[in-house]
Amino acid sequence: MDTIERIKQQISENPILLYMKGSPKLPSCGFSSQASQALIACDEKFAYVDILQNPDIRAELPKYADWPTFPQLWIEGELIGGCDIILEMYQQGELQKLVKEVAAKHATADEK
Amino acid sequence: MSVEATIEQKLLDTFSPSYLDVVNESHQHNVPPGSESHFKVVIVSKAFEGERLIKRHRAINSVLADELAEKIHALALHTYTEKEWQDYYADSVPMSPKCRGGSKVTS
Repeated sequence: MDTIERIKQQISENPILLYMKGSPKLPSCGFSSQASQALIACDEKFAYVDILQNPDIRAELPKYADWPTFPQLWIEGELIGGCDIILEMYQQGELQKLVKEVAAKHATADEK
Repeated sequence: MSVEATIEQKLLDTFSPSYLDVVNESHQHNVPPGSESHFKVVIVSKAFEGERLIKRHRAINSVLADELAEKIHALALHTYTEKEWQDYYADSVPMSPKCRGGSKVTS
């Protein structure tokens, strides 16, 4: 599968997905660390992709997303933003609301 | 012209900000002294009224596309309308995080 197809599959299969440097437990970049902390604080499960382990995604995603940097938060197939946007939404309470709504929606969908 | 001055000029020309602060934060990161790689921008402009954050950031990224492609490694953006700036942020611009050395990792 080519890289763009893999990216499309990842963002369609994971309703809350963070592309970051390192992992939420061991982030390799201050911006990725802050972004994953904010998501963890929302207290819902989310997926992540470590772009340092996936150089092809690191190279292709910025073009596909039209977004030059990492981290990138994708929710329900849509780019929400990078670190500054994630933190600002968190401070305003918008991130928690969005994440909770999406998690609840997909939890019911999974149970069927 | 320095990268910092270029960023400043382009943002002034495009957004006519009522407040603009471009900070070179490269010294906080794992780069040689005098580097122009990591920047923070605080910008207040009427142009952002009614626009969601991602749209404001995209507008800035597109104005600085050449610099982002070649010179800038990290660009922290804090974008406000005049009302938001007055209401919430004038006294508390967020700090950027410390470097964790991620750009040294190659695989």
